[in-house]
Amino acid sequence: MQESSHSNIVAALIPRSNLQLARLCVITVVFALLIFGALRYDNFLSSYNILSFLRYNSMFMLIALGMALVIMTGGIDLSVGGTAAMTSVVAALLSPYGWPAGLLGGMAAGLVVGIVNGLVVTRLRIQPFIATLAAMLATYGMALLLSGNQSVSASYDTAFVSIGQDDFLGFPIPAWIAIACYVVGWIALERHPVGRRILAVGDGEATAKLMGLKVGRTLLGVYATSGLLAGLAGVILAAQFGAGQPTEGVGWELFAISSVVVGGTLLSGGVGSIGATLAGAILLAMVFNILNFENGLGVISLSAYWQSVIRGAFLLVVVILQAKLMNGRSTR
Amino acid sequence: MLLSMTGINKSFGDVRVLDDASLQVEPGETMALIGQNGAGKSTLIKILTGAYSHDTGRIEFQGREVRFGSTAESQAGGIATIYQEINLAPNRTVAENIFLGREPRRFGLVDRARMQADARTVLRRFKLDIDVNRPLQDFEAATRQMVAIARGVTQNARLLILDEPTSSLDEREVAVLFETIRTLKADGVAAIFISHRLDELFAICDRVTIMRDGRTVAVSPMKDISKVDLVRTMLGKELAAFTAKKRAHGDGEGAALVDVENLGAGVRVRDVSLNIGKGEIAGLAGLLGAGRTETARLIYAADRKERGAVKVDGRETNYSAPADAIADGMGFVSEDRKIEGIVPEMSVRENMTLAILPKLQKAGIVDKAAQRAIVEKYIAALGIKCSSPEQPIRELSGGNQQKVLLARWLCMNPRLLIVDEPTRGIDVGAKAEILKLLRSLADEGLSVLMISSELEELIAAADHVTVLSDGLSVRRLASEDITEANLLSAMAHQEVPA
Ligand SMILES: Nc1ncnc2c1ncn2[C@@H]1O[C@H](COP(=O)(O)OP(=O)(O)OP(=O)(O)O)[C@@H](O)[C@H]1O
Ligand SMILES: [Mg+2]
Repeated sequence: MQESSHSNIVAALIPRSNLQLARLCVITVVFALLIFGALRYDNFLSSYNILSFLRYNSMFMLIALGMALVIMTGGIDLSVGGTAAMTSVVAALLSPYGWPAGLLGGMAAGLVVGIVNGLVVTRLRIQPFIATLAAMLATYGMALLLSGNQSVSASYDTAFVSIGQDDFLGFPIPAWIAIACYVVGWIALERHPVGRRILAVGDGEATAKLMGLKVGRTLLGVYATSGLLAGLAGVILAAQFGAGQPTEGVGWELFAISSVVVGGTLLSGGVGSIGATLAGAILLAMVFNILNFENGLGVISLSAYWQSVIRGAFLLVVVILQAKLMNGRSTR
Repeated sequence: MLLSMTGINKSFGDVRVLDDASLQVEPGETMALIGQNGAGKSTLIKILTGAYSHDTGRIEFQGREVRFGSTAESQAGGIATIYQEINLAPNRTVAENIFLGREPRRFGLVDRARMQADARTVLRRFKLDIDVNRPLQDFEAATRQMVAIARGVTQNARLLILDEPTSSLDEREVAVLFETIRTLKADGVAAIFISHRLDELFAICDRVTIMRDGRTVAVSPMKDISKVDLVRTMLGKELAAFTAKKRAHGDGEGAALVDVENLGAGVRVRDVSLNIGKGEIAGLAGLLGAGRTETARLIYAADRKERGAVKVDGRETNYSAPADAIADGMGFVSEDRKIEGIVPEMSVRENMTLAILPKLQKAGIVDKAAQRAIVEKYIAALGIKCSSPEQPIRELSGGNQQKVLLARWLCMNPRLLIVDEPTRGIDVGAKAEILKLLRSLADEGLSVLMISSELEELIAAADHVTVLSDGLSVRRLASEDITEANLLSAMAHQEVPA
């Protein structure tokens, strides 16, 4: 009895699946970076750095969450950056009518994009890559049209900018929003039937259909969710910078995809984790943060271009590391 | 009448697949549905369940005309279906697969404890004691099939459809399945049962519906029809009996090609010795779990051997991967064709010649004429039913996909061909053709190692049979000694009293 419960504990510590292994890997790297940063830079673990890190990066965490759900079904959503840019403009334009108008208006605009994506993918059977690529172009265009190619100041007369700039219980509001969304996302994926359906669809659409699962509705749901979360990210963007940003958002989709992949979610769908996606987003953001500190040290000065190269290289290293670990144990 | 399908027509493009097909099932009755590969059985089923839509025709279920728009609708309407392709989600756990779409809930969320407990209870009925929290893909084909069946029978349907559920099962599992069908039947549940194993139909079914070329040609009570009549009606002609002229040196006198000596790895293969002569068909028999597939995998280096030796032409082989074995003239038709086999989007031609493309190249360009000649040869030789060599393989019926994979290895002209359940899912007519083809290739010098669960097949085709039991080669039977009684007793690892 004693012995078996002991070996159960040991078994629980050994990752049972590639996903768990990837999760372990990304969390280890996050901690390694944390320790590295804490030892090397004086203010790395200062509350100022931590809070502004969370305030800024919660936008990316949100789009990564939506992206994770889409990728788990075997799809992709390239329109999140454009959607966020567009909804930041929408939210800024509506902000004079009160913060709820800005918030809900931005979210609604994102939701509409998501629903359109979902319908194009499910009804017209257009490949997600193509469908959302078109949506990406369209949303950037809409952002420029609505804003007249300029950033649109948000109203400071209403409480709108508080959404991005203020704290609640000593914690940035955007971070609260991200946490809430991740909790809901985790419950939905891990505990609600809809999560099983999302992963089953990613495992094989034709099969899921034969099993009697509502594939179309599931796909529509994940694209809509991704749009909604991108809309929310756009609202936070506008509120945080006090203006709608029609030219922001470029490359956001790649950041989101990278976070999801680093978190061990397979691009082919069917396997994925919400927690690891969050860890993946934090990891990538932390590399950025560390590079900023490195610049601040003044030893070397890295241009934005170099930072991008370094981030890319780092991403590659992490993914290769994971692949190596997985191959090492894939013989069953 | 529980179900009545009449005048069903269906075309894919301009290929007519169903032509006035019909199917009637009474409540509580078990109906056999039989026909050659490509006769249209699976298509008819998919039309019923809403996976496909029919062009014309009428479907009545429980007295009402129905036209299910999706499989979800037919499931809700009381029809549970186990499709021919094992239709489950490989990355989900066993428990999740059984309950996907109808998870037990608590406060709106999945009640995982109950789901797992329920899954265990269900599987116990199927005598399956497995970890329900492991992903389905960790299990072998037979187990996955049993899980699919468990999913189907727990749907509390009025009609249960089983499209070739037994092709990957052994006799014990088939018995368990039949017990379940009988229990359901006692509760008034009707079933449609598709299989190419005639004995099974006679064992479990009340009536039979026979299809040929998309048409329903006969319906008869099972007890009023003989096997011979059944086959004749199904084929539209007499079954050309397959009686092989066995090799004289079936007892190993001929020149040996392969010698396997005391092979072992892990616990599944403990100590296996066998030999295969040039031009011989060697059989490998045993119950599920006896180590047949595992032995074959060691021979062609899909798994690493730990003990013993594999000699080809007297020289010990040292393959480090299947690629080496293939280069040395081995071919392997795996049992798990879904996983190792087809590329669904590619055509029949491409799928068939995938492995020999390098050989077909002249100055870097594929010799189209030679390729076409080969493809047409095997389409004819194996009777592959397709609209053209360019048809995507996913559109072929299950049995015809398997024939393409068999052809893929045959056209490589191997010295040794290892075939794992070569006639699984193949109709009785084509089965005889395939055995005949293997025999004529053997006469030309090909050696074959045939793994089969079908004793008749071993008896008819093999020159000698090595019987495995629990990872040991326990018996070698040659020519006249290959009888059902001998095989069965050896498989159970008992000596026949003299
Ligand atoms: N999606 C499709 N597109 C084109 N042709 C198809 C499609 N599905 C099936 N067919 C054709 O319909 C015919 C009947 O196929 P079906 O799968 O119903 O046969 P079957 O009787 O189930 O055979 P088997 O015993 O091999 O499973 C085959 O010739 C097949 O090529
Ligand atoms: Mg079929």
